[in-house]
Amino acid sequence: MITRGYSKVASNLKPFGLVNIRTFATPQSGPHVLSTQAPSNQTKANAIKHQAQRPGSALDKASELFFFTEILRGMWVVAEQAFKAPYTIMYPFEKSPLSPRFRGEHALRRYPTGEERCIACKLCEAICPAQAITIESEARDDGARRTTRYDIDMTKCIYCGYCQEACPVDAIVETQNAEYSTETREELLYNKEKLLANGDRAEAEIAANIVADHPYR
Amino acid sequence: MLRSAITRSQLSRVAKSSHRSLSSSAFRNAETAPMIKLTVDGKEVEVPQGTALIQACELAGATIPRFCYHDRLAIAGNCRMCLVEVERAPKPVASCAMPAMPGSNVFTNSERTNKAREGVMEFLLANHPLDCPICDQGGECDLQDQSMRYGSDRSRFFEVTGKRAVENKDFGPLVKTSMNRCIQCTRCVRFANEVAGVEELGTTGRGNDLEIGTYVQKTLDSELSGNIVDLCPVGALTSKPYAFTARPWELKTTETVDALDAVGSNIRVDSRGHEVMRVQPRVNDDVNEEWISDRTRYACDGLKYQRLTNPLIRVGDRFQAASWPDALATVADSLKKSGAKGDEIQAIAGSLADTESLVALKDLLNKLGSENTALETKRGNAPPVHGVDHRSNYLFNVTIPGSEDADAVLFIGTNPRHEAAVINSRFRKSYLHNGTDFGVIGDKFDAIYDYEHIGVDAKTVGDFLSGGVKSPFAEKFKNAKKPLIVVGSAVAEHQDAESVYAAIAKHVETNKERFLTEEWNGFSTLQRAASRTAAYDVGFVPSHQAQSTKAKFIYLLNADDFDPDVIPRDAFVVYQGHHGDVGAQYADVVLPGVAYTEKGTTWINTEGRAQLGRAAISAPGASREDWKVIKALSELIGKPLPYEDIVAIRDRLWEISPALTRYDELEAPSSVSVGLGLAELVKNGQATTSTTPFQKPFENFYQTDPVSRASVTMANCVKSFVKGQNSEETSIPVGKDEQQKQSKHA
Repeated sequence: MITRGYSKVASNLKPFGLVNIRTFATPQSGPHVLSTQAPSNQTKANAIKHQAQRPGSALDKASELFFFTEILRGMWVVAEQAFKAPYTIMYPFEKSPLSPRFRGEHALRRYPTGEERCIACKLCEAICPAQAITIESEARDDGARRTTRYDIDMTKCIYCGYCQEACPVDAIVETQNAEYSTETREELLYNKEKLLANGDRAEAEIAANIVADHPYR
Repeated sequence: MLRSAITRSQLSRVAKSSHRSLSSSAFRNAETAPMIKLTVDGKEVEVPQGTALIQACELAGATIPRFCYHDRLAIAGNCRMCLVEVERAPKPVASCAMPAMPGSNVFTNSERTNKAREGVMEFLLANHPLDCPICDQGGECDLQDQSMRYGSDRSRFFEVTGKRAVENKDFGPLVKTSMNRCIQCTRCVRFANEVAGVEELGTTGRGNDLEIGTYVQKTLDSELSGNIVDLCPVGALTSKPYAFTARPWELKTTETVDALDAVGSNIRVDSRGHEVMRVQPRVNDDVNEEWISDRTRYACDGLKYQRLTNPLIRVGDRFQAASWPDALATVADSLKKSGAKGDEIQAIAGSLADTESLVALKDLLNKLGSENTALETKRGNAPPVHGVDHRSNYLFNVTIPGSEDADAVLFIGTNPRHEAAVINSRFRKSYLHNGTDFGVIGDKFDAIYDYEHIGVDAKTVGDFLSGGVKSPFAEKFKNAKKPLIVVGSAVAEHQDAESVYAAIAKHVETNKERFLTEEWNGFSTLQRAASRTAAYDVGFVPSHQAQSTKAKFIYLLNADDFDPDVIPRDAFVVYQGHHGDVGAQYADVVLPGVAYTEKGTTWINTEGRAQLGRAAISAPGASREDWKVIKALSELIGKPLPYEDIVAIRDRLWEISPALTRYDELEAPSSVSVGLGLAELVKNGQATTSTTPFQKPFENFYQTDPVSRASVTMANCVKSFVKGQNSEETSIPVGKDEQQKQSKHA
């Protein structure tokens, strides 16, 4: 269906030379093959034809070849850059802007009352593709469902952000902090205290990011 | 609807079909019903007349969503989720409450059906709280699953008053309630009334105000109460001990057999890592249907505490951890040093010993020249009254499903409610559906059916069976077509056991035509310990000479409930078991074995059915499978046992009795063997005038073995059900807080 619709649009636009027809990595079969999607040996022939039909006379082509115009144009770009300010920033002192969706170090958030948000539903643990999250839970003294253990193995984590997508209460989030390198491996095995501390530290930033990203969700 | 309590008078007593059938009602006999044909989704199916439409649809391969319908409970027809379209019917019909009609054309997946179900689902979800992330049912919830198909992703519910709020009920330390989630399917009410016999549970109010509860503040006092957790299609009733601890997708399930009573309930052990998280029933119509007792279900937390994980050697007045070689060498040395010869070497087996280890230990003792293989029961030091030569003398001959067919049941010295809670529910079934009558000789108990209390002692047994007692039950028992005598396992431990057994055997023999027919054996013994039948089957009983010998070396195999007097002070005692319970206190050397969830072994239930248990988790610490411990010890003693692996020891089991390894099959003893067994019983005893009352084997259903004694949940049950203390103190105070919150909202 999609192919058919697409080919219709494509054939409408084709006379204007606007459409770059999508090609497929795998050869398509069946009835809905695009007209331009010919077998591969024909594609090759088309390419040669295309090369021969490039605009410009033979004289133009010869002069381009003789005066190295393409090389000179390339050199001009290089020369231009030489006088511009460098893109490199002095990293620890200067930092590039980060998207609100940046996925860095994890944090567990709290409600404004100070109550931890995490309700131990274990959806993040279930969805984690790297199985980096370990949760144990039981009823707290007041009967609420809470974790007794919330560990993230940061060496396993692949920063896919699924955990924060899965979280029904926005408890686990990935902050914009990417600067948490440690000297030992053990320091990267985060426990609940560490994650809650991260959340407490970055709460303002996390809240701002969630607000900034809200229109797109 | 369910307002009226189930009484026998309302139910037909004519038809008797106790076996589960495709029939929608338990009272109709499916075998004799004519077959009818109907079309479901263009597929023709043939079902017996009277089958519920939902069953016919299932047979045709259509999946019908349902909440209230359950094929082991009466039909309520109140959730309306199972609506299907029937040709020429004006409205979609509830397929659970509609009998299949010949020639009808049913559509289970039509547009109209789906629209109707979506409507039902919308009503259900209108009042259902959106707390799946904190609900324990999440991941195994019928409502969650079915709302994936029939639910809408947005709500049209905009009521100022908000969703319905219902106060939580206190059902005791086992069942946690969250009544806001209830969709009023009344499965729990029907289960409690029909199967468990707790008629307090019911509904109050109507329509939107319908509430499930016990009318007055009362905990759910039943040995089967845990089953309502499984029945609840939503998270309104969840398991309190398991609350919030795990999610179903984290658990590894292992199908195995329960060993905490002699029923041999088929269970599913859900474990995470090295921990058993919960136990659930597995469907087996021949054993436990799909119910299990609360001890089976909730004692599993006892597997975590009080465990023996290391071999221990007594040094002075304390135990010292030792390595296996040291501990085994100590045992072998002490056996030599104690100078015990022949019957002076004694083994005592307890209730949790598996068949393989019983065989290994008996073989070892026999190799050492001893016949002194005793049981931990009161008269376990002597050969049992009923002998072990004839299986029918100690089996539950009538079989568990067969027990439903009896029309008059006499219990002698047994409380089936405590000794075999699951079998007891069968008796209630026959009481309700077949009008069975019950008589009891022995302690009175709180039964879930009416019974006539005849007496308490051996004399009454003789009097009653010889016709000396005139009572309505005596009359019925005399005329019953399928009479059943259930002898408690404690009777064999009673001082008058010989005469009681003789009286029963004589009665059975003289009334052969009623008691012993081709399909009926009305003389049954109800065992209470998982290992007992196996012990009798492999002959783990002492010889006549052995009973008078004073033991110098005692090997306790899972034995904890023995009489302390049977252990002489100067004897060397080895304890092999998995819990540091009573038995370990007497030991000089403790050898850690494993519990029933950690080993793959054979269990023989009270009816003689061999079932294979499987290991759900690995053995804790240095503990080892029991038969391997005995095998290792045999090498050190210098009398090596001839089996190297589990296959070889099963071959040995087969040598002893092929029935021990024919798993999941029941082999009825031949009528010749039954007759010989009875003759032996008659020969053994004389009539007695003794009035010593029969004694209960245990006072307390919740703590009968080392596992349940170590369990915190069982301790809470004792507090709340046995001692009658308010369960609010013993349980997690969930109810209170949530109730307060709700009342504020309301």
